[in-house]
Amino acid sequence: MTAWLARLVAGRLIRLAWLLPLAAVGLFALISLAPIDPVQAYVGGRTSQIGPEQRDAIASAWGLDRPASERFASWLGDLAGGDLGQSITFNAPVLQVIAARLPASMALVGLAFALSFLLGTLLGLVAGATRGRWPDRVIRTLAVVLAASPGFWVAILLVAVFAVTLGWLPACCAAPPGQLASEVTPADRWRHMVLPVATLSVVGIAPLVLHTRQSLIAFLDSPAARHLSAHGATPLRLAFGPGLRHAAGVALTLHLAGAGELFGGSVLAEAVFAWPGLGQATVRAATGADAPLLMGIGLATLLFVFAGNLLADIAARLADPRLRRIA
Amino acid sequence: MTLTITDLAVRFPTGPVLEGISLTLARGELVGLTGTSGAGKSLIAEALVGALPPDAIRSGRIEIAGQPVAARTVALAPQGLDALDPLAPVGRQIKRFARLAGVAADVPAALVGVGLPPDTADLYPHELSGGMARRVLLATALATGADWIVADEPTVGLDPEAAGRVLSLLAGVARAGRGVIVISHDLIGLAKIASRIVILRAGKHIETAPASAFTGAGATLRDGFSRALWTAQLAPEAQC
Repeated sequence: MTAWLARLVAGRLIRLAWLLPLAAVGLFALISLAPIDPVQAYVGGRTSQIGPEQRDAIASAWGLDRPASERFASWLGDLAGGDLGQSITFNAPVLQVIAARLPASMALVGLAFALSFLLGTLLGLVAGATRGRWPDRVIRTLAVVLAASPGFWVAILLVAVFAVTLGWLPACCAAPPGQLASEVTPADRWRHMVLPVATLSVVGIAPLVLHTRQSLIAFLDSPAARHLSAHGATPLRLAFGPGLRHAAGVALTLHLAGAGELFGGSVLAEAVFAWPGLGQATVRAATGADAPLLMGIGLATLLFVFAGNLLADIAARLADPRLRRIA
Repeated sequence: MTLTITDLAVRFPTGPVLEGISLTLARGELVGLTGTSGAGKSLIAEALVGALPPDAIRSGRIEIAGQPVAARTVALAPQGLDALDPLAPVGRQIKRFARLAGVAADVPAALVGVGLPPDTADLYPHELSGGMARRVLLATALATGADWIVADEPTVGLDPEAAGRVLSLLAGVARAGRGVIVISHDLIGLAKIASRIVILRAGKHIETAPASAFTGAGATLRDGFSRALWTAQLAPEAQC
């Protein structure tokens, strides 16, 4: 490991060491202050069948009758032993719920990440290399329209067109409903991924296109690019040659730093497409005031965003050697 | 074979910036180009390599052996050190220019040719001193294999010793058979290596004088501006 990388990783790990407890306190405070009563959320429509004694018994079983500080200390103690607690909504250990649902979310987010990076960077490079001409105008218009489109609206639009009207693609779930896991073919899985991945990718593409285009234009206007142009380099050659590092380096850094937003977007996409991932579990945990699961997902998200930011910092330094001096 | 500039003029929408520039350069010859700031020296370099700003309108002829200059015939080592790509190591940059010219790149030889050790290839521009960066810029131009080289202010920001080494290097390039134009404010340095020196003022050609004219008080120089330019450079030297 080179010195700058070791220095960077060590610094970020130290930051994580004080960030994690701080985030845990913040998360717990927010969940404790939330106006949703976990017992009421659990009881739901059966209010008339469950009396005050039973409610008290449920609250006591979940430890809700104890003061918040005591509950937090107990949760922290369990966490130190690797126990994130028991999910009320799924009636299973939080760690088990997260482990079961994380792969589905990661597949969605990972594919959307790769697809939006490839498409966003490519379109940004073409737009930058053809600045002011029709390909640039078309790509820019598309990017601005996408930037102004909320993710859930894009998801509904895709469902309306490709699932409802054309009937080409399924509108929900990770596999055909009613089928056993052993009966689901890889082709089925891919077909069910298309719309959620497309939704997440489309939302992430716009900022990438605009940033890549701008970074490339900044390079094309630089003395270094003019020097190459004076010796016969065309804008397209500059864009996909030396300009690639100038534009794609920035794009990758930006994309990795925005991985948290992609994860946030997956909550909406999973809700719309009934995708059995962590995003859907987050919605269920929030509406059910499932504090242990929300805490667990909150910490997992923090680690995900932390990893994204760390990788963004590494990508920036790999692309631009000048930054390695101030790791 | 001779490179000839005849009645070159460049104008922008705001007005003319170069008028009536003519000069000739033979292979194996080094010609100096000097003048006050804003005289249009760098524009001549850009016109030679066909890289004038998009809003510039050029007239006049630039020919080699009576034919219009083909693309990539003239290589330029530009003035600004920021002409080096900050994100690419030196070796890769030299290769880029060779590839653009369609010739094979011998990076170690290109570096040794400008007086730099071969392992400079792995360094990034921010790791180079001013003098090293100037030599690398020169190496990018030389790596194209072009017969005609234009070096724009190759000694700016260098100490006298480093400047002297760069000028000697350019003189060596000319001796090796290429035609070299050196644009510089350093008349004393130019007079040591050039056969002729072209003097510009506010976009106009003042005179072309042999290097031997730049001695003493410059009595053989035809124009008063040329003499003033020369004696102004001598004054600080006399004070030393």
